[in-house]
This record gives sequence, C-alpha cells and structure tokens, in this order.
Amino acid sequence: MLIHIEHVHKRFTVPEGEVIALNDINLSIDAGEFVCLLGPSGCGKSTLLNAIAGFSPPSAGTIGIDGRIDGAKAPGPDRGMVFQEYALFPWMTVAQNIRFGLEIKKLSAKEADEKVISLLRKFNLYEFRDRFPKDLSGGMRQRVAIARVLALDSPIMLMDEPFGALDALTRRTLQDELLRIWDEFRKTIIFVTHSIEESIYLADRVIVMTYRPGTVKRDVRLSLPRPRDTTSAEFNALKRELTESVMEEQMRFAKTELASI
Amino acid sequence: MALRITSIDIAALARGVVIPVVVLILWQITAMKGWVNPQILPAPSQVATKWWEYLMPTSPFTEGSYWAWLISGELLHDAYASLYRVVGGFLIGALLALPLGLLMGTSESIYKLFDPLVQVLRPIPPIAYIPLAILWFGLGNPPAFFLISIGAFFPVLMNTIAGVRNVDGIYLRAARNLGADRLTMFRRVIMPAAMPYILAGMRIGVGTAFIVVIVAEMIAVNNGLGYRILEAREYMWSDKIIAGMFTIGFLGLGIDIGMNSLNNHLLRWHRGIDQS
Repeated sequence: MLIHIEHVHKRFTVPEGEVIALNDINLSIDAGEFVCLLGPSGCGKSTLLNAIAGFSPPSAGTIGIDGRIDGAKAPGPDRGMVFQEYALFPWMTVAQNIRFGLEIKKLSAKEADEKVISLLRKFNLYEFRDRFPKDLSGGMRQRVAIARVLALDSPIMLMDEPFGALDALTRRTLQDELLRIWDEFRKTIIFVTHSIEESIYLADRVIVMTYRPGTVKRDVRLSLPRPRDTTSAEFNALKRELTESVMEEQMRFAKTELASI
Repeated sequence: MALRITSIDIAALARGVVIPVVVLILWQITAMKGWVNPQILPAPSQVATKWWEYLMPTSPFTEGSYWAWLISGELLHDAYASLYRVVGGFLIGALLALPLGLLMGTSESIYKLFDPLVQVLRPIPPIAYIPLAILWFGLGNPPAFFLISIGAFFPVLMNTIAGVRNVDGIYLRAARNLGADRLTMFRRVIMPAAMPYILAGMRIGVGTAFIVVIVAEMIAVNNGLGYRILEAREYMWSDKIIAGMFTIGFLGLGIDIGMNSLNNHLLRWHRGIDQS
C-alpha cells in the first residue's frame, strides 16, 4: 500500500459559512496503480489531490505515503504534480523547465544534461528545447510539464485535469503517451478528471465522488485489456454505468447552483 | 519579404516625419518674414547653426589626437555630465529600491513596517528636496545624485512590490512541488516572475531621473545640459536654449529606446510584450 488515506475531512470557511469539501475519505492505493478521481465540479476531487500533494493538508485524518504517516504534510518531489494550466515557468526554455527539478536535487551537470536530453527525445521535444513555453501548443506544453515531473523520478504522479484544456485529438495522443510512460516507468498515477470516457480509457480503478460533501461513492476496478477500444460493447457498458452514477451527482450540483442564484 | 518590410518601414518613416517637417517649415517662414522678434523665437536654421557650434570644438584642430579634439566641444561635455548623473543617480536609487521592494513584496510584516513611511514620502516630488539637498550636500554632483536617486527610487520600489505580490500562485506551487527551497524560490521563480513589473518601474524611474537631472543642474551644478540652457538665458541666447532643449529631447529618447530594447531582450519569454 503506497498511499493510505484514512478518515480525511476537509472544511473551508467561506463568507456564507462552512463548506465540507471532503467527508471521511478512506482509500488505499497500491504502488503502480492508475487511479482516476471522477466527479462533477465541487465534488472535492481536486481538493483531495491537493491534500495528497501537500498543498492543502486535510482538516482531519491522515494521508500516509509509503508507510510514513505524515508523508503528505508538505509538497515534495516524491509526489510530482501536473497541473491543468501546465504551470511551466514562462521565463525558462523547454530544456530549462525540465532541468529545474534536477538542479534542485543537486545532480551533476553531466547527469542532468543526459537526463534532460533523454526526456526531450522521449517526448519529441528535442527540436523545441530552446523555445519558451509561449511558443508551444497546449499539447506540447503539457508534454513538457509531464517531462518535468518525470525528471524527478518521483514514484507518484498527481495529475489535475491535465488534458482538460486540449482538443479531442491532442488529448487522445497525450492519453496514449501517458499510458506508455506509466507502463515504462511504473508510476503510481492519481488522475483527476470529469470526463467519464477518459477515466475508463486510462484507469485501473475509477473512484466516483459525490457532490458536496465529497465522499467516495463508488470504487470501480476495471479489467479491460489495454489498449482499450472506446467503441467496444464492454467499454460502453461501463460508460453507461458510470455516467448514471456521475450524472446523479451532477444533478445535485446543478440544483445547488440554481438555488444559489 | 525583406523588400516588403523595407518599403513598409520607409512609408512609416515618411509618415513619421511629415508633421515635424511641416512645423519646421512654418517656423522658418515665421522667422524669415520677421513676424516675431528673433530674440524671442529664432529661426530653426539659426538654431541648427548654433547647435553645430555648440557641438564642435571652439578652437580649430592643431595637434594631438584628432578624436580628442573632436569630442572636446561643449555639448558633448554637457551631455556626458548629464548622462553620468542620470546613470549614477538612477543606479543608487534603483539598487536601494530593489532589495527593499523584494523584501516588502515577500514579507507581509516588513511591508506593514515600511509602508506607512513610504506612503508619506512617496508623494513628495524630488524637486521639493532641493533645499535640503543643497543644505546637506552643498553644490556639485552629490546633491544631484541625491535628488536623482530619489526620483528613481519610488517608481522602482512601488513596481517591485507590486511585481512580487502579483506572482501567480501556480508558479509557487509548481516550484514547491519540484522541491524548491526558499532561496531557489526567490531567485529563480519570484524574481523572474516579477521582472516585467520591475523593468516597467525602472523605465519610469529612468524617465523621472532624466527630468530631475535637468532641474538639479539648473540649481546645484555649473555644467550639464540643464545648467547650459539656464546660462544661455542670461545671455539671451534663445537659439542656444532651443538647441539645448532638443539635445535633452534626443538624449531622453535615446535612453528610452535603450531601456525598451533591454526590456524586450530580458522579457523575450513574455507573452504580449510591447513591441514598440
């Protein structure tokens, strides 16, 4: 058990009162698992991810990482994060962005160079190594962000709707690339999404969360062989089943939104 | 392609000089017709002649280095003196403002400590420090440096604070996630992220420094462009006054162009950069 989430609660104080974003989350994630957190806006999936990343610790409960009970108290390179907004440093070139974490780890210049070059090649970014992020497409930026996290050799990769801003075709390409990387580097991936299809395409395990307060509604293990065919009967049966679950929560979200007007 | 860019440039250049040329012609006609007293408004041709005299050495070349002779004219000495004060005063002001601004931007408690004093001192125009500057530093370069550094200090300070406070939280989160400690965060994330603001503040600071240098020279020193145009007034040399004013204008323009190209180079990573 690599990640052990026990009785995690998260409360936020807002002007209207208190919001319970997470309510008694209990999850155990094994090393090498690809887990998708799925749910509508406001279900706390990003809150949970941020708690695991150490950006925003839980109000109550514990998140153990690799046997350390306080393993998620602070952010750290053992849990590399890929953000939806890419979060590349715009003043650094592609190569400098990937190298940043290596310099912090105090790798020798030679080792860092070798690693950066091999990652650049793996992601077909070598020709773009001296470009600034502003001159890259969204898909390329996200590949740089993934490469930057891979450079750290972190066992855990946290991904917060990483492909949400990409067009459908680029998105599929990056999903396939991500699966290859996951297979090659045997990372543990926690991937937040609100796309049902994306979660079934990628994950070993889909966790459906309820809308406010966020709880685990369903924990579905997928055994479809990869590469998965999004048009197959099994895929669509799963999709139908999960859509029903997620849409129930989406309705609750929509109702609350309406009531708040 | 290259040809097209050149033709566009020539067209833009031509459009740019239309108004100045028309103004010069009208001015020349006004002077030639004797509509105004040449002592009040000399002809542009007279100003140009005076400017040339002001630029070139007074005595003819005899011996020694030709270059040394060529740059021995009064104008170049004055321009150098003014520029020296601008750069010196600006560096003093900016180098004091930058670390304070970075500290005030990053630490809320330091901000609260210094902000009231800054808010009271900031609205005082640098010109208002002149009596105190002379009292404290006498005449010559020291009071000029003091006044110019005050002019440069506040724009750099305010923009540095704003720049640091406006750093997008996503970069800080990404850097923490990648394992950055406080020093790395500051040096490699906060500083570059705040750089567009800081450089904008420096550009304003240089502009202010240039205004202050002219005033300071009118009062506290006996060379430089500001001193020279005030001196020319005593002799009623209106042509020299105007020649000096144009020199000030072109020097200011040169400084701004220099700052702008530095900006564009340092911020080449920046989106939506001002390409002017």
